Amino acid sequence: MYMSYLNPKRWVHMMGRKKFGEFLVLAAFMLFFYGPLLHMFMLAFANKYEMPGVLPQEFGFQWWRYVLAQPTLVSSIVLSFTIALITTALSLLICIPAAYVLARYEFPGRKLVMFSFLLGNAFPKIGIYASMGIIFYRIGLMGTLPGVLIVHLLGGMMLMIWMPTNAFKSVPRQQEEAARDIGAGPIRTFFYVTLPMAWPGIAVASMFTFIGSLGENQGTLLVGLPNYRTMPVEMYGVILDYPATAGAVFALILLIPNVLLLFLMRKYVGPETLSKGFKMG
Amino acid sequence: MSGNAKLEIRDLTMLYKTGDGVRNINLAVEQGELVTLLGPSGCGKTTILRTIGGFLQAASGQILISGKDITHMLPEKRPTAMVFQSYNLWPHMTVYENMAFGLKLRKVPKSEQKRRIAEMLEMIKMSGYEKKYPGQMSGGQQQRIAIGRSLLLQPDVLLLDEPFSALDAKIRSQMREELRKIQTDLNITVVFVTHDQEEAMALSDRIVVMNKGSFEQVGPPQEIYNRPASRYVADFIGEMNFIPMPDGSIKAVRPENVSVSPGTGGNLDGYVRTIMMLGHYIEMTVDTDCGIVKLFVSAEEAEQYKRGNPVALTLGESHRYNDDQSAAG
Repeated sequence: MYMSYLNPKRWVHMMGRKKFGEFLVLAAFMLFFYGPLLHMFMLAFANKYEMPGVLPQEFGFQWWRYVLAQPTLVSSIVLSFTIALITTALSLLICIPAAYVLARYEFPGRKLVMFSFLLGNAFPKIGIYASMGIIFYRIGLMGTLPGVLIVHLLGGMMLMIWMPTNAFKSVPRQQEEAARDIGAGPIRTFFYVTLPMAWPGIAVASMFTFIGSLGENQGTLLVGLPNYRTMPVEMYGVILDYPATAGAVFALILLIPNVLLLFLMRKYVGPETLSKGFKMG
Repeated sequence: MSGNAKLEIRDLTMLYKTGDGVRNINLAVEQGELVTLLGPSGCGKTTILRTIGGFLQAASGQILISGKDITHMLPEKRPTAMVFQSYNLWPHMTVYENMAFGLKLRKVPKSEQKRRIAEMLEMIKMSGYEKKYPGQMSGGQQQRIAIGRSLLLQPDVLLLDEPFSALDAKIRSQMREELRKIQTDLNITVVFVTHDQEEAMALSDRIVVMNKGSFEQVGPPQEIYNRPASRYVADFIGEMNFIPMPDGSIKAVRPENVSVSPGTGGNLDGYVRTIMMLGHYIEMTVDTDCGIVKLFVSAEEAEQYKRGNPVALTLGESHRYNDDQSAAG
């Protein structure tokens, strides 16, 4: 006997009215959320795509070859990843010691220091970048790599302080004392016991910093141009000057590291580390 | 104090900002002796232990180990090893790595590390656990490893801070026995901190009963139990009946030193209040004019009593304390 699997009546009776309603909402949400992503994905692998068609007329890697053949685009990819790496390394160097102090030592104004890092994120970024721009002009940091790096560092600062601080706090003091007791000095204790135990939280913060740096555009546009054109900065040009299919390829390249890092994070870091990372105090 | 003490504390004072802490502590522990610091939480017992370990700084006084002043030494330089209540194995290291860490710092050759760790695991009955992570083991197993990790470094003095209080009762008493055996086999000097008087009685060569930052009584378990120096000690160690006397002093009698007979005409008369089965003996409470008195009777003996029966109590060995808590004889 013929039976239609797509008959919605069967679905309603199978799931019940309420469940079916929930299912519809979920389906709509998925379409809204993933639809544009899927469309972009499709565009990136379309050789030929002309307007009235729903699906591309021809699939292939033509636009990948095209984008990867543009020297300015390729150099912006390299630059973006280089800057993201340096930013992450630098902010680790700066923020890890600061976070350790904030986690382990009680001093007057400790809460205020924690709070001040939140403040930077509480205003529209463009205002902060504009005032930074004025200062950068005066001291000659406009259009320089240090200028761009400072902008990127500031973007990730709150996360890089808060999450490692809480990660250090969650390492019981007695674990460190046990190491001291056994004969390790303060520095050995830090590198063999404290840091490895706080590592999941620090790793998450580093990933966010890396992703944040890859995506940073306002500040880079303001401070870096014309010498430092990262991927998101190039994106503005790509959207205006290239066909949509080239833009999709470029956007996908920007997306790959984010997706990769998110997968890694899901695999190695639980939601607990994340939620603990944002506690203040 | 005797000159050959392994650990000697001289006039030690260590105060917190709040004003709590310990004042003018003097204690000498002999080689191979197990001394327990016993008291309720907040009495300063852990403070003393942590000061010996180097995690707290003494305000004044001296700590000597084998005659050498260690009062101002960093914890990593002291010949002490500490075992904490919460095990404190490093969760990112295997059992073997946990145990090897201290040996590595002391530059013990790899082959000898291996041999010594294998021997230690054998002694604490944990052979075969080398590759396990702490999270894969029970609390009791983790604490064994923690003790083994400390013993491996052959400390002059082993410090134990309520090491068994996070374990359940059965494992706790088993660990006690094993610790006592290892301690006597190796003849190591141990300072043990606990709030559990039963544990202190079972383990110690000597007990220090502490109250509010100072010593109430120091002595072997038998002496502390049979001749408590103050009402505080009498109350803290074992069970005790306190009976107010007409002259204002207080008579203290252990339940096992009270005997009971039907009727009246004892040192103290009253009525049976409760009869409670506690295994091989029966606990009886008696309502008297001087309050409730607790005593133990055998199961056969208990059969003749019912709730509300009049009974006569005979008080055996007793102590007398004045209300100001000092011993009156």
